[in-house]
Amino acid sequence: MSTVNLTINGKAVTVPANYTILQAARQLNINIPTLCYCAHLGNGECNKPASCRVCVVEVEKRRNLAPACATPVAEGMVVHTNSLRALRARRTVVELMLSDHPKNCLTCPKNTDCELQKLAVEFGITDIEYQGEINFFQPDQSSGAIMRDLSKCVMCRRCENVCSKVQTVGALTGYGRGFKAKVGTASMIPLADTSCTFCGQCVNVCPVGAITGISYVKKVWAAINDPTKTVIVQTAPAVRVAVGQEFGFAPGVPVTGKLVAGLRALGFDKVFDTNFSADLTIMEEGNEIVERIKEGKNLPILTSCCPGWINFIEHNYPDLLNIPSSCKSPQQMFGAIAKSYYAEKIGVKPEDLIVVSIMPCQAKKYEAARPEFAPNGVRDVDFVVTTRELCKMFKEAGINLANMDDEEYDNPLGKSAGAADIFGVTGGVLEAACRSVYFMLNGKNLEGDAINFRAVRGLDGIKEAKVEIAPGKTINVAVCSGLGNARKVLDMVRADRNRFQAIEIMACPGGCINGGGQPFLHGDAELLEKRMKGLYTEDERKVMRCSHENPDIQALYKEFLGKPGSEKAHHLLHTEYHSK
Amino acid sequence: MCCCKQMSEAAAAKFAELDAFIATLNVDPADERRRGRLIQVLHKAQAIFGYLPREVQQHVAKKLYLTEAQVSGVVSFYNYFHTEPKGKYCIDICLGTACYVKGAEKVMSEVERVLGVKADTHPTEDGLFSISGLRCVGACGLAPVMMVNGKVYGKVTPAKAVEIVNEYKKQG
Repeated sequence: MSTVNLTINGKAVTVPANYTILQAARQLNINIPTLCYCAHLGNGECNKPASCRVCVVEVEKRRNLAPACATPVAEGMVVHTNSLRALRARRTVVELMLSDHPKNCLTCPKNTDCELQKLAVEFGITDIEYQGEINFFQPDQSSGAIMRDLSKCVMCRRCENVCSKVQTVGALTGYGRGFKAKVGTASMIPLADTSCTFCGQCVNVCPVGAITGISYVKKVWAAINDPTKTVIVQTAPAVRVAVGQEFGFAPGVPVTGKLVAGLRALGFDKVFDTNFSADLTIMEEGNEIVERIKEGKNLPILTSCCPGWINFIEHNYPDLLNIPSSCKSPQQMFGAIAKSYYAEKIGVKPEDLIVVSIMPCQAKKYEAARPEFAPNGVRDVDFVVTTRELCKMFKEAGINLANMDDEEYDNPLGKSAGAADIFGVTGGVLEAACRSVYFMLNGKNLEGDAINFRAVRGLDGIKEAKVEIAPGKTINVAVCSGLGNARKVLDMVRADRNRFQAIEIMACPGGCINGGGQPFLHGDAELLEKRMKGLYTEDERKVMRCSHENPDIQALYKEFLGKPGSEKAHHLLHTEYHSK
Repeated sequence: MCCCKQMSEAAAAKFAELDAFIATLNVDPADERRRGRLIQVLHKAQAIFGYLPREVQQHVAKKLYLTEAQVSGVVSFYNYFHTEPKGKYCIDICLGTACYVKGAEKVMSEVERVLGVKADTHPTEDGLFSISGLRCVGACGLAPVMMVNGKVYGKVTPAKAVEIVNEYKKQG
């Protein structure tokens, strides 16, 4: 690749010819502030509309200032990132932005995690000269999952681009023009009425507080402190490798034992694990895979753990609604089992048992509120709290995970196989299913390294592989993450129903480790690699690697459900999908 | 077809006319450039329907293989497109620099007062008039300028504007 030589702040540097000034400066460890720019939206997509002008720099022999994020380098270019002219322009840009921004930072959900606030601090802005009209929009909480407060929108277009380019959902658009322009929905209708899947990728990339999750934390506190309620909590696989980030642990390090200790310290009566119901999912889904492959019916089978992806297929592929697995997600299976099997066991009425889930996800909030998951009006999962919201709960209660000793999950809904841990990363559900499908078909476990299905691992958006489910018998599988990739794979399925027999789909690029409720990446894609490694470490740490080996799952079937796919299992653990 | 369950024959004919126009464009779902057709199609749609309600935007989105949000974004950006029906007589008052300096704002407030509706909102109750503000029509020598259904009136005063409005009112 050809290179060019340029000078930034008096330092010479040689960079590839397709670099921008911003990339070249970063190579020299020169920091140029940015706002609308986001290096990692997902799937290699980068956001640089050059609309905010915060990154302007002075380029010699150029009349106007240049936005560093979108200006290509050129041979012999001489750049000054901190000339007085550039500094003044940047400050003016941020002051103008702040002049039309609510200044109630103290009570904003993004307080201390806001990129605009950070710029104001870095630029030492103590007063805003510009006084004038301020836009006001009524916040939209229609979805119960994602809140849009457009009064805070800075028009960086990150949400719009992640929604239309990475996820191909296209629920958002630049709306209106000039001073009143914001990123909105079609005709500014409530988000709940759009084709939004509530994946929450827009929440993850919003630099300010314009898009946030809707928090149920106050209700959880109230429930914990209500003596008439028994409050239990479940933790999704991906939470354990992300929560530590907020308490000074190295990114991706699993802190499962400390998470359990922290939750117990918050006052939950029992701390259980969504991993347990992930094992249960594998029993039901594995059974379904075996049956469908035997009968050659409704193939390929699609995984159904991810509520964002389920919303996507309900909106966009009504003709394919018969092929996702009928299994509820692990979150909902947990809720259903907790409010039947467990409630019975401890002698508590379902309405007096409160199930809280800690999820990496915004769509889980929507899923938990689906009417089909509230038999007799009693919800299986009462409240969903995201990883980020849990971190705030810990901080509110003065709990620092770094100071906690490891503790174990409670029984009988706390034990899990390694297969369950990897549900949190793209490829994990399919791998977990394959381990147990092999056992179901052959009556014995895979041996040695064969238990690791490496072909379906990694953060690539679409992976295709052949996997052996019985000696000499292989099936074609696909694994994809990110809804844009899901669309590609579903179009392949429409074109050729025989190409794959099983497909795993996750709405968020990389899977739940990159869920819409996880601690922010702030454009650093390497965090995902680390979280992924953390989950595979958890898997390999365990002696019990396959879901069907879980003794508590075996007991659940023996005492309560009968066998996988039984009538009772169908009633409690399966669902159906509806065109939207 | 469109999402209305019980579409009147008149509406059906309008959608058919729009579809016939779109058909001449040979829109290819695989071609990224189909987005470039959007403004052209919206122009036609507004000419047929008089305005661009949500159903029409959804219909256009479907026909051009775009999302409703993409269509809505473009409709909301251009002053030319409107999402509310217009009156039988569309009064456009130029608020460009020359007209503004020559007192267009006074003309505007007088017309708004007489008709009892604000500019760029909804038509009068009898459906006869709607008022819009627009930028330069290229007749600055005649400032301030007012147009009724495209007919240009120059050097209008508030009183003269009311006379013009009353003329149209008589015609009904």
